[in-house]
Amino acid sequence: MTAVPIQKLLIANRGEIASRVMRTAHRLGISTVAVYSDPDAGLPFVAQADEAVRLPGAAPADTYLRGDLILAAAAITGADAIHPGYGFLSENAGFARDCAAAGVVFVGPPADAIAAMGSKLAAKALMESAGVPVLPGATVDDSTDLDQAGARVGFPLLVKAAFGGGGRGMRLVREPGGLAEAVAAASREAQAAFGDGTVFLERFVTDPRHVEVQILGDTHGTVVHLFERECSIQRRYQKIIEESPSPAVDDALRAALGEAAVAAGKVIGYAGAGTVEFVLDDAGRFYFLEVNTRLQVEHPVTELVTGLDLVQAQLGVAEGEPLPTEITDATLTGHAIEARLYAEDVPAGFLPCTGTLHRFTIPAGDGIRVDAGYADGSAVSPHYDAMLAKVIAHGRTRAQAARRLARALARARLHGVTTNRGLLLGVLREPEFLAGCTDTGYLTRHDPAGLSRAALGDPAVHAAVAALARQAAHRAEAPVLATLPSGWRNVASAPNRVSYRVDGRDYEVTYRLSGRAGEASDVEVDGQPLGSRVVVVRAAADAVDLEVDGLRRVYSVHRGAAGAGPAPVWVDGPDGATTLTELPRFADPSAVPRGGSLLAPMPGLVVRVLAEAGAAVTAGQPLVVLEAMKMEHTVTAPSDGVLAELRASAGEQVDAGQVLAVVETPDSAAPEET
Amino acid sequence: MPVLTSSLDTASETFRANRQAQLALLGQLREQLDLAIAGGGERYQQRHRDRGKLLARERIELLLDPDSPFLELSTLAAYGTQFTVGASLVTGIGVVSGVECVITANDPTVRGGSVNPYSLRKSLRAGEIARTNRLPMVHLVESGGADLPTQADIFVPGGRSFHDLTELSALGIPTVALVFGNSTAGGAYIPGLCDYSVMVDRRAKVFLGGPPLVKMATGEESDDETLGGADMHSRVSGLSDYFAVDEPDAIRIGRAIMARINWHKLGPPPRPRPAAPRYDPGEILGLVPADAKVPFDPREVLARVVDGSQFDEYKPLYGSSLVTGWAELHGYPVGVIANHRGVLFSEESKKATEFILLANQSDTPLIFLQNTTGYMVGASYEQGGIIKDGAKMINAVTNSTVPHLTLNMAASFGAGNYGMSGRAFDPRFVFAWPGAKLAVMGGAQLAGVLSIVDRASAAAKGREFDEEADRARTTMIEAGIEAEAHAFAVSGRVYDDGVVDPRDTRTVLGLALSAAHSNTVEGRRGFGVFRM
Repeated sequence: MTAVPIQKLLIANRGEIASRVMRTAHRLGISTVAVYSDPDAGLPFVAQADEAVRLPGAAPADTYLRGDLILAAAAITGADAIHPGYGFLSENAGFARDCAAAGVVFVGPPADAIAAMGSKLAAKALMESAGVPVLPGATVDDSTDLDQAGARVGFPLLVKAAFGGGGRGMRLVREPGGLAEAVAAASREAQAAFGDGTVFLERFVTDPRHVEVQILGDTHGTVVHLFERECSIQRRYQKIIEESPSPAVDDALRAALGEAAVAAGKVIGYAGAGTVEFVLDDAGRFYFLEVNTRLQVEHPVTELVTGLDLVQAQLGVAEGEPLPTEITDATLTGHAIEARLYAEDVPAGFLPCTGTLHRFTIPAGDGIRVDAGYADGSAVSPHYDAMLAKVIAHGRTRAQAARRLARALARARLHGVTTNRGLLLGVLREPEFLAGCTDTGYLTRHDPAGLSRAALGDPAVHAAVAALARQAAHRAEAPVLATLPSGWRNVASAPNRVSYRVDGRDYEVTYRLSGRAGEASDVEVDGQPLGSRVVVVRAAADAVDLEVDGLRRVYSVHRGAAGAGPAPVWVDGPDGATTLTELPRFADPSAVPRGGSLLAPMPGLVVRVLAEAGAAVTAGQPLVVLEAMKMEHTVTAPSDGVLAELRASAGEQVDAGQVLAVVETPDSAAPEET
Repeated sequence: MPVLTSSLDTASETFRANRQAQLALLGQLREQLDLAIAGGGERYQQRHRDRGKLLARERIELLLDPDSPFLELSTLAAYGTQFTVGASLVTGIGVVSGVECVITANDPTVRGGSVNPYSLRKSLRAGEIARTNRLPMVHLVESGGADLPTQADIFVPGGRSFHDLTELSALGIPTVALVFGNSTAGGAYIPGLCDYSVMVDRRAKVFLGGPPLVKMATGEESDDETLGGADMHSRVSGLSDYFAVDEPDAIRIGRAIMARINWHKLGPPPRPRPAAPRYDPGEILGLVPADAKVPFDPREVLARVVDGSQFDEYKPLYGSSLVTGWAELHGYPVGVIANHRGVLFSEESKKATEFILLANQSDTPLIFLQNTTGYMVGASYEQGGIIKDGAKMINAVTNSTVPHLTLNMAASFGAGNYGMSGRAFDPRFVFAWPGAKLAVMGGAQLAGVLSIVDRASAAAKGREFDEEADRARTTMIEAGIEAEAHAFAVSGRVYDDGVVDPRDTRTVLGLALSAAHSNTVEGRRGFGVFRM
């Protein structure tokens, strides 16, 4: 195969991986094309590409999974190669073949290799034949006797989607009794997620480590490995923290794993970047799990410990180049850890979250790499994976990498969408993790909600900080008397006050500022002073420098726009981050349900009565129609409630101000005593 | 611009002693202000709260823009009288929805918020400040009406309240009434004469005659709600423009009204980002001598009050008992006229006259810092025309049309008070520091004069002069004058707009200047500047 330089690369993916692939492509002088669904139109990857083609719709099946639309996009833009990223079409042999048929280079392994590994069952059999250790398993189809199959494999076992990944279509079964139901559920899920409901059974190793080996093959028959990654910290089979090297792998085991992985790659004629996944038990035995015939989400940890660019390597292989010596002679330097930042509510059971990222900045540099798919102002839609960014730290030692990663995450500004940052920080600072005890049972032993809390700021202090920033904003925006001391009084009768809500609890901040540099101010939350001596060193709308009993901290404050509800405020400090909402100073009574008597607006004839007494009515519902002076006037329900009385009937002449009906709301039923 | 250099020794014993004396005075001031805040006392405040009502100052706090400043006026009104300090009324200047306003609030915990002669003076003064400075007015109304035992002192001048309200409206100065409770009989005309009125549901009571009076007059049976409830006035009479469901709602509506009055100040805006003084305003406490006989350099005060401590002195070598010059305060250009060595001679009078004319030429507001014992007496001064020169100064002060702000720092005696723009000369605002004295002359001088006159009279009549009685009378007169000249007593009669903490001088003057700039700032023209 002769080398054919790629001129224009279409990235058939979205978010961070699209951005990441483009970065390398641009560095190599290759033009790029993005494809994007409607909800993704505003994401950074679309703007980063030289050209972009819209895929109308939102659902993956209508957009990123539509190989035909993507090939059409390649045709109109003249792209000569397609990088599939991970997920979507990355392991779709049919799409790889369609690319070839369309004369477009598919940046990935040969279609046959994808097909061979696409069925996890066939893959296992092939690997077993090549001498790679595998777990006992059984295939499942309509004729399978599940009891027998389960007994043969042994419990506990996993039901897995034959054509899946990412934990979807997977069920853990501990007892024979739950097998049939698990198989049915997994099959349904696999059908929905991957378009094929085939599942199989596999022995489950309790709390193993998940260790995988990065391999690279070229079109000249060379396959090498780039050491292992450990990805054992998982929630619901979804990796959240990955690292290289594995703390459980010594040089001998590394050599054995590498050898097995290379053997696996060779047996399927692998070319490009791939990953051979193993489970590692506590005795150091490892078993083949699967081959992922794509670039992995967690590939950056390998890049940081080897100094290589795996996308560049993929493109080189796709162009027909032999693997260069820096890859064949790669060495492992230091330690790298990746954390996946998800938009999800950890205490609520990892519920995916959506919304607008009013601020999204993660400090890079000093051993920190950030692969993000979002930027300030990006919207997180419910249509795709909720991963916002990968933050990857490289250090001389594992401890240094963990420390750097934790600091970067702690200093990130993540406003507007709930994330799993707290959990990531909790893990990265937890002693067992730091000791390298990272099997897949880690998050079973350590309560994720508890770990998340460890990284929260003190809401009372943060409410005070928000109040101090708010007063500074008020002073800065004041149209008159802006240069006078904040909240100045010659007769001080009461402090300034403002209340915030954090996680459903209200905090009332009261304060009186000294107005003189270095002098103590009175700052209280719910009547409790913040400390015995509180000095507001500096307060601005976006930053507060506060000293409490000698401890001085600088907080950043970001106030969002008040939309339908009250304005959110985000406070970030060295002690953590808090999202607050300011409680309104005045309740708007028009927002409160209001019942009462409905009066005739003018004298007239009742022409229609549209509801019955005792009926439930909704706000705005027409109740009575009057005719007066040749015009029809409709009397509507002022709020949701019950039509307690109906005093008008059709054909009746009424006077202005006459009561036509009475609507009762829960609040209006009992008038306040005077 | 020249920068003042302070020679104040903040480590000296004098500084420490002065400061102690001022702090003691401020402690006494705080005691009086606490009495005003306490209003009718704990029991009546609690009863008021138990009815779900806000106190007068709580209503004001909720009305003001958060974190904006608020200057209470006439805080010591009724000091030294039978009435509660503060005179059952809170008045002040604050910012509502970005608009500087005069705010008044009855204190219903003091005899139901009834109006006594001092409340009336305080209220009329607030209206005057609104009119002269063109400040919109917001009334937080809840008052039982006139304090009947003192009706004779109230009824006739009290009509002026209504006159002034409608006059404000005629001048295009918006007036708003938020009615929280009783506003009956004469009080009913407050919402009636304001541009906007807001009434609180089941709280506001606005009628000319209540149910008993109606029963007496016509035999008609009625009740409060029918005669003057918020619902009736909002739906039937139309006297209420806005129906408020509760007190906070009335305040919310009041803020919304002010946000929509399309207000523009007529004076020029201040220079943005003014520099703070280079010296600590807190040091003013240590520079005012504890002994009133000791003069002090007003430049030391200016160094702690004006922007960047920058002061361009006018005629520094001429008439040096009076300091005149230009500065900026919170970004507003000002001319300063300050007594240095107490006495006003002919030179000082002529210098002040010229300076006032110059300020009028350039539309620059004037700040008078009083520490004067009056115009010089004695044969050579009389022969030198001190009366003519003093008259020039009083003439200039009277006919100057730029805003005047007057601060009595220590002493304001005799015609010096007039020449230095005392209350009778319509300065926009008059304030005093807590140690300041104000009288026709000092107690000792007055007693001594009387003693000399009596002695002469006794001699003329050939009777023996009773030395013992003279000493007793002298002591009594001195004590009486001392008490009447006391800053609290002067302020108690509403002869100024309040006794202020000297450390707040820059803030108070800045707020007053900004208020004055709500109106046009224009000097008197016609003649050229006379060189005196």
